[in-house]
Amino acid sequence: MAALIEVKHLVKKYGDVVAVDDVSFSIDQGSCFGLLGPNGAGKTTTIEVIEDVIPPTSGEIFYKGKPRGASFRDEVGIQFQNTALLNFLTVRETLATFQSLYPKTARIDELVELCRLSEFIDRYNDKISGGQRQRFLLALALINQPEVLFLDEPSTGLDPQARRNLWYLIEKIKTQGKTLILTTHYMEEAQHLCDEIAIMDYGKIIARGTPEDLIKRYSQNVTVILPKKCFKPFADDVSLSYREVKDTIEIMTDNVNACLDHLLNFKIDLSEISVRSPNLEAVFLNLTGRKLRE
Amino acid sequence: MNFRRFWAILKARNREFFRDRSAFGWNFLFPFLIVAGFGIIFGGKTYTQYKIGVFPYTQGAVKADKIKIPDQFRNIRYLKFIGFSTAEEGLEKLKYHKIDFLIEIGDPPYEYWVSDASPKGYVVEQMFKSSLIPPQTKSQAKREQIQGNSIRYIDWLFPGILAMNMMFSALWGVGYVVVRYRKNGALKRLKVTPLNAFEYLTAQALSRIFLLMFTLVVVWTGCDLIFSFTVEGSYLDLFLVFFLGSLSLTALGLILASRGTSEEFTTGILNFISWPMMFLSEVWFSLEGAPRWVQNAAQIFPLTHILSAVRRIMHDGAGLLDVGLEIVILSVMTLAFLGVGASLFSWNK
Repeated sequence: MAALIEVKHLVKKYGDVVAVDDVSFSIDQGSCFGLLGPNGAGKTTTIEVIEDVIPPTSGEIFYKGKPRGASFRDEVGIQFQNTALLNFLTVRETLATFQSLYPKTARIDELVELCRLSEFIDRYNDKISGGQRQRFLLALALINQPEVLFLDEPSTGLDPQARRNLWYLIEKIKTQGKTLILTTHYMEEAQHLCDEIAIMDYGKIIARGTPEDLIKRYSQNVTVILPKKCFKPFADDVSLSYREVKDTIEIMTDNVNACLDHLLNFKIDLSEISVRSPNLEAVFLNLTGRKLRE
Repeated sequence: MNFRRFWAILKARNREFFRDRSAFGWNFLFPFLIVAGFGIIFGGKTYTQYKIGVFPYTQGAVKADKIKIPDQFRNIRYLKFIGFSTAEEGLEKLKYHKIDFLIEIGDPPYEYWVSDASPKGYVVEQMFKSSLIPPQTKSQAKREQIQGNSIRYIDWLFPGILAMNMMFSALWGVGYVVVRYRKNGALKRLKVTPLNAFEYLTAQALSRIFLLMFTLVVVWTGCDLIFSFTVEGSYLDLFLVFFLGSLSLTALGLILASRGTSEEFTTGILNFISWPMMFLSEVWFSLEGAPRWVQNAAQIFPLTHILSAVRRIMHDGAGLLDVGLEIVILSVMTLAFLGVGASLFSWNK
């Protein structure tokens, strides 16, 4: 598959602060690429340099094998993390205004149906709920039938149901063959939507691959979780390595049966046990020693 | 320049303004209220320029014809008499400039008090002294009427109020609004579309100019119905000068709009520009007799030239050629402001 976007040795500094530190990657046409990392990792800066919102300090961005030209703006759709829109316009009028800015456009009624905007289409754009707003901003990003769609933390601040709805919507857009680039700090979201992931921390990419790859590579272990009060009295006798997380202890193991047998031997109360399969959260924890949303 | 993109933004901006009922209404109401206020103050009999304390006096409102003061003084226009029961009470008011002059009611020789620190007090004192001179010795001067129609103060003030309103509306409506859009990220969203800065700024400016001219016509018509202004020159010339004026003021607004994300800072800059412009461009009073440097400084403000041209057309019947210098200055200012504004403009924070 041909790379649609290539980022080469991207550096972005703000004074002495290095927000993005020599980052390189490429994004295949038709794929969904996720930039993952905690707040302040440099995800938004990276994506905004690619979008041509802010200039890089150094490094190069190629789109379809060439530096981004005038047509770049016509062919990309962007949803920022925080976007204010023009006041006193309805959702429909805002869509129509943005439609007039592009040479090639989607039909508004199709977007209304796709993003389920009909119930609030004639309301002023600052009088809609958080979930409605995200769907509306997504429709706005699709108004020019973009080949590439940038979504910067699209589900931040949404309740779980609204988040699920948005995922469903993004999956539908994926099936139209568009290339998606999204940033998120929700591991579940990345695992659910992305074909390829780059994990960022302190301005650098610390791991890259498909979600399955990353889990296989960095977190083969299953996590067994027990309340501290049940485990602590036996801690010195049980020869298992563990770590304490708030009121619980977490034991990493590659053999769950053996681990549970071992705990039962010491007659530890397992009624409140939970077992977590390997996931991206654990990958991040293993890579950085930090939780994602600390 | 893509006309379709420009038109979309122009339409959006106009909708925003016309739908913001409070801002829209205020835009018309504010100049009308000021003009109406001044009409009442200067048009009626209630206007008083000087306040004269009289004592001893205890029966409420002073009836000037009932108190013993010189007749010549009593009949001077624009004096208001206020009664006090004792001298102390009157002196207290005089000290804090609540009144300009204090006199004891009675027969000559009269006794009066005036504050050395009060220019108005000095003027009243001179009036009082002259009222004591016997009429037959005062025939040294002969009164002549000024030629042509006399210009009422409200005629002189009215174009000033309209132009001042235009200035505030242009500077705030473009400068402040665009800074707010930069701060909240709306400009950033527009930046990633094919819209360019020239199209965006032209739409902002033209939308505001349309509104300024619309306001001008509505307020002028409304005030004219009440005050019947006399326009010696042509209405078309007047309209053209106001149009050029709104161009230059809007272009100045674009410079303020070009950078910055702090509404507080922009407010400060707007005040820094608009207040001296309001006071020095002869909106409220003439700078005749002001120090030379003040008169020169006033020349940097577009409002000065707008008002100079408008008043000459309105009061002297001047044509466009007669106000050619002002037209050239306003045109040059407009181009310079546009150039600076466009070159400084940034979409980002």
